[in-house]
Amino acid sequence: MLRNSRSTFGWVTIVLHWMIAALILGLIALGFAMRRLSLDPALQFSLYQWHKSFGFTVLALAAFRAVWHLFERKPEATAGLSPLERHASATMHVALIVLTLAVPLAGWAVASTSTLNIPSFYFDWFVIPHLPMAKSEAAETVWTSTHAILAYMMLTLVLVHAMAAFYHHIIRRDEVLARMLTLRQRRRGEIEKASGAPLVAKRK
Amino acid sequence: MIMQKSKPSPAALALCIVLTCASGPDTARASAPQLQDAAGNYGITGASRVHFSVAQVGGGGIVGDFGKFSGNFRIDGSNISRSSVEFTLYPESVETGESRVEDFLKSSAVFDSATYRTVTFRSTSVTQTGPDSAAIEGTLTARGKTRKERFSVKLTDWNSRSISFMIRGSIFRSPYGMDVGTPIYSNVVEFDMNIKGQKH
Ligand code: HEM
Ligand code: HEM
Repeated sequence: MLRNSRSTFGWVTIVLHWMIAALILGLIALGFAMRRLSLDPALQFSLYQWHKSFGFTVLALAAFRAVWHLFERKPEATAGLSPLERHASATMHVALIVLTLAVPLAGWAVASTSTLNIPSFYFDWFVIPHLPMAKSEAAETVWTSTHAILAYMMLTLVLVHAMAAFYHHIIRRDEVLARMLTLRQRRRGEIEKASGAPLVAKRK
Repeated sequence: MIMQKSKPSPAALALCIVLTCASGPDTARASAPQLQDAAGNYGITGASRVHFSVAQVGGGGIVGDFGKFSGNFRIDGSNISRSSVEFTLYPESVETGESRVEDFLKSSAVFDSATYRTVTFRSTSVTQTGPDSAAIEGTLTARGKTRKERFSVKLTDWNSRSISFMIRGSIFRSPYGMDVGTPIYSNVVEFDMNIKGQKH
């Protein structure tokens, strides 16, 4: 149930995937809004602090996910995928995993090099220290653009990735999206395995 | 103090003699400036320093100065408690060495200096707490809100024309609607001022 099986994803992979996905999309929207819209300065200040706290949350989840992805077994690709599709999706997943680490790390570098020296007070709970980097306007500018470029690059990849998922679900009508959403397929498989009889027979 | 001048003016000398006579048997301990001796009306000069700091979690914080201010005070020699002070500062003149912090402090998030151009303090009572120190209570008005606040004052130097004080006070920001950034930044602003007055 928790672990991936030969044919589909377990809860750990699924929950991590959707939590990280929701946080990433939220953080990109939040990052864009707080930086590019003209907001009330007090609101803007607190949005920056929320952005950092949620960003650190993603960093922690993404670090766990990266390790999980490396060591947990991968279900076989959904039947009907060409070798090219398998290769492309695997490459995309690695790129997304690397970016979910690189983007918040670059954000941490922004906070750490900023001459504003604003502490990162994780949800007003404890201080996450700055990275040991020299503070200067030049460094802050470089990391700000690195963080932004990587974030929007990740957004582009996520859109391609999500479109591919919808393409499989709506046009190809295969299990690609469904198996990242539920354990349905596997449950069926497990019951089959446990009872040693086809599911159809059990329904009667 | 008077002794610091290598060539005292005749007026200073005269005042020195008068004060020395007036203070009678205390002359021997006259090295510490005494509030009574500094009676008079003064205008606050631009040489004063209005310094503040706001601590932040994990150490450090925001430190800065207000460059523009004005005010007057009167020291009542016969009854210190009847002394008074009124002080105005212009938040627009805040300096912290980081322009983004200054812009933020001037913005609607903190002082809203476009709407509220001044922060004022008017004393309501003065209590002498030592030969050269006093506690001043008064009303502080910032961002359209008025509250009673307290500052401690220590006389540091004076001569016949001018006088200077160390003034300290801890002011809570939230009652003035300026609690933005808490709890990352302390709710308390520490004022540490060196106020110089010139006799009218
Ligand atoms: C996966 C997590 C994150 C995502 C997707 C993300 C995304 C973004 C985006 C899209 C922007 C706006 C860029 C622009 O339009 O210029 C932004 C800005 C920013 N992010 Fe993040 N961010 C993440 C994590 C973090 C973390 C962990 C920190 C700090 C600890 C952080 C600090 C910042 C800062 C300070 C800015 C504003 C830079 C500036 O105004 O100079 N971010 N982020
Ligand atoms: C709403 C948008 C999203 C949809 C519809 C979606 C859909 C999917 C689907 C269907 C899979 C399974 C692919 C397979 O069977 O091999 C998958 C896997 C994956 N997705 Fe997403 N995803 C979305 C957002 C994201 C985001 C924002 C990220 C990270 C930045 C992400 C990262 C990944 C990774 C790393 C995998 C591989 C999982 C693993 O093997 O551990 N996805 N996604």
